[in-house]
Amino acid sequence: MLNIIIYITLGFMFTGIFFSTLRFILGPTAADRTVALDTLTTIAMALLVLLSFVYNRFIYIDVALVYGVLGFIGVLVIARYLEGAL
Amino acid sequence: METLSAGGKIARFFFAWVLLFLIWLMFTSTLALQEVLTGAGVSFIIALPTNRFFTEVQLYRFKPLRLFYVIEYLFVFLWALIVANLDVARRVISPKLPINPGIVSFKTKLTSDFAKMVLANSITLTPGTLSVDIIDDTYYIHWIDVKSLDPEQCKKDIAEQFEKILLKIF
Amino acid sequence: MNDILDIFGMILLLIGGIFLFLGGLGIFRMPDTYNRLQAGTKATTLGGMSVILSVGILEPGWFIKTLVLVIFIALANPISSHALAHANYKRGNKPYLKGGPEYDQYRKVFEPEVKETKDNTTEKVKEEETA
Repeated sequence: MLNIIIYITLGFMFTGIFFSTLRFILGPTAADRTVALDTLTTIAMALLVLLSFVYNRFIYIDVALVYGVLGFIGVLVIARYLEGAL
Repeated sequence: METLSAGGKIARFFFAWVLLFLIWLMFTSTLALQEVLTGAGVSFIIALPTNRFFTEVQLYRFKPLRLFYVIEYLFVFLWALIVANLDVARRVISPKLPINPGIVSFKTKLTSDFAKMVLANSITLTPGTLSVDIIDDTYYIHWIDVKSLDPEQCKKDIAEQFEKILLKIF
Repeated sequence: MNDILDIFGMILLLIGGIFLFLGGLGIFRMPDTYNRLQAGTKATTLGGMSVILSVGILEPGWFIKTLVLVIFIALANPISSHALAHANYKRGNKPYLKGGPEYDQYRKVFEPEVKETKDNTTEKVKEEETA
């Protein structure tokens, strides 16, 4: 039962990643690409936590936390750059 | 920021130290002695140069009744978050994209910067709205489905429920 | 008791997956950057929060750590989306407006004087033309 639900959730997540990547490639302006990057960061965080549950490795949660912090800082820096303040 | 007495500075430092130590405990999520001691030392060292960034109002503003309002705020906020997501889901799925976007503005009665920040973050996560800018006490909100351009009406639709509780907390 | 918690966790996991998918779809379908931000950040915030929380419920020993991640997402996502929207407007990307230019009230902040001078010049030009 749990296996099936995990597979369905992973399918939904990968479809979401697919559409976000499409927007990342198509996006007409730099801001659109950054929005897609922000979404990808959040989805990847959730994916890492789910994978840590599937493989039963506690350490992957730390990886997700560090990835989220770095992605957040990266998006803020890109936003400052787009604003022209950097 | 007003100048503080020596006691105020020490209280501020202890606030930062305890806060950093609690964050350390949540990150490591163990209670082993060496971890706890390391955490106390590290948060002491970090709190020395950074304690002035953590709090503007000192602990004397803390009252138990405010904690109750914080919990009430959390519940209102969670409910609004779920409604927001169902709303966005409806708009994304329906094939005709029923949106009428625009940027509206309204004025707030909140005074402290922290309260304004909390209100802006709450607005961003609630139905169909995204805060674009705050200039003094005027909010500029991107609204995915503009129902009126009148500032009073906008405020009633977007921010009334949060601001009412935030005025009690701060 | 354990079974009920497990079932609750599974439902939360499934809901989170659906919202993450909707976030990706919304980012793909919406017409301009602001609407993409709205769809993307809101749906992925709730989706990510509920997936991570469901892992914490299914594996109770990890609950505190997942709670840290949930709080982090709830704090970080609105801030980054606000910064992106602000930067995007400063950069000069105007929002897509269905109802006409009066739906953008933020524009007045940047060009209050420009508008008046424009009106003056047009009036002057008209006077010259009539003269």
